[in-house]
Amino acid sequence: MAERERRITRPYGGVFVPRTRVLDRDDVARAIWRMAHEVVERNHGLGAVLIVGLQTGGVWIAERLADALDSIEQVRPEVGALDVAFYRDDIGIRPVLPEAVTDIPEDIDGRTVVLVDDVLFTGRTIRAALGALHDYGRPRAVQLAVMIDRGHRELPIRPDFVGKNLPTRRDEIVDVHADGVDLGELVK
Amino acid sequence: MRHLLDTASLDRPAIEELLTLTDSFVEVSGRQIPKVPALRGRTVASLFYEDSTRTRLSFETAAKRLSADTMTFSVSTSSVNKGESLRDTALTIEAMGVDAVVVRHRSAGAPHRVASWIDAQVINGGDGWHDHPTQALLDCYTLRQRLGGLDGVRVAIVGDVKHSRVARGDVHAFATLGAEVTLVAPPTLLPPSLAGWPVRVAHRLDDVLDEVDVVYLLRMQQERMTEALVPSLREYTAGYGLTRARAGRLGPDAVIMHPGPMNRGVEIAPEAADDPRAVIVDQVRNGVAVRMAVLFRLLGAEGRTGSLGADAPTDTDAPADTPADADAPTDADKESSRA
Repeated sequence: MAERERRITRPYGGVFVPRTRVLDRDDVARAIWRMAHEVVERNHGLGAVLIVGLQTGGVWIAERLADALDSIEQVRPEVGALDVAFYRDDIGIRPVLPEAVTDIPEDIDGRTVVLVDDVLFTGRTIRAALGALHDYGRPRAVQLAVMIDRGHRELPIRPDFVGKNLPTRRDEIVDVHADGVDLGELVK
Repeated sequence: MRHLLDTASLDRPAIEELLTLTDSFVEVSGRQIPKVPALRGRTVASLFYEDSTRTRLSFETAAKRLSADTMTFSVSTSSVNKGESLRDTALTIEAMGVDAVVVRHRSAGAPHRVASWIDAQVINGGDGWHDHPTQALLDCYTLRQRLGGLDGVRVAIVGDVKHSRVARGDVHAFATLGAEVTLVAPPTLLPPSLAGWPVRVAHRLDDVLDEVDVVYLLRMQQERMTEALVPSLREYTAGYGLTRARAGRLGPDAVIMHPGPMNRGVEIAPEAADDPRAVIVDQVRNGVAVRMAVLFRLLGAEGRTGSLGADAPTDTDAPADTPADADAPTDADKESSRA
């Protein structure tokens, strides 16, 4: 099984079977490019902007977003990574282990943090990320960029920048990667 | 129910998973606010029947950094002095509602016994001459941090191996990760049998000094002097101490280790203890992160089914020796994959 599929299917078991191609490689690139423009517009430049990708699905998108911002503004914002495993509210419900080490610049006080993730679903990961950020300092503002908003929110959290809104059933799986976005199921 | 009772029951994937997890907690420990809410609502009790500075404080710090509540039991101020047995003490602590108990005891096997009596998860904080698994893990982590890994690394463990739980735990852990371990001690300070130990033995430190990457000095337990196992401390130092001259013979990339507390001037010269090649302070620092990893791995998993090493023994079991269960998922549960 490919690493990507292992990531999708653990800890549930089974195999991810893609059913619908939602975005292709070019669509993903265009979405990132558009979101980069929106980030610049919203923040009137990149003065105090820090891009933080959520481990692991958001990190590559954060890097690509920073590259696009560099092309647009000729300034590459700092990029950090955040693993929220220790902040989740479902430890004890599901096995949770960190995927990679967090790497956040020392001082985030007064900065605008753009959190980046691949899929926005219930909002619990973002809630955990806000808690984690709070331990690093007090950003002036936190904004949220996601490649896919699949709905089914369980908390009052909304994204500021969205690659694509995708209506889904709860039991479907969304897989986001640089080659495209697939919607499918887990076959046990 | 699973516990961390001995080093021998940890296989290589289990140890490596813990060391990788430790990386995350080293990062947490380096933050301005070194605390995460991962174990909020859990309670960790320390049941220490022996004096301890590092292990007890380290476990307490680890638990607090994970936002767990802590309970500390110290034998000198407890009802043990009124004749309460280990079993009754363990049951009493469990009745107060604890999730994990760290047991330090002068008798080998005490944590196994405690694990057979209670449902809470038990971590061996050092038992008699038997084992000290979290010390072994932090030593492995420190070496991995300094050398990148242990495969093919030549380690000399020097001194009172016979009475050392640190040596027993480290031998297994180091060998499991691919290190070549040599025990260096006079025959009086070696166990009567080394059958099954993955080690070589040397009786003179000077014979191995030029061909090791790591020198691990064990504490010379002064109380052993009354047993006449070594003629005198001075002679012990002459034969087995890491003197300034011996430290000078070590390579520039050599690593000097000691589990603490040190007898400066006995097993290790002050100059060697403060040498840039010494990682003794790193060992203590990493001890907190490693113990955070152990607590998180045991308590932060699904329905408290985290597993490390041996199954809980029954009342009649000897210390178990089964390989670790490495089946537990090690993937953070991403929203994107949540069905």
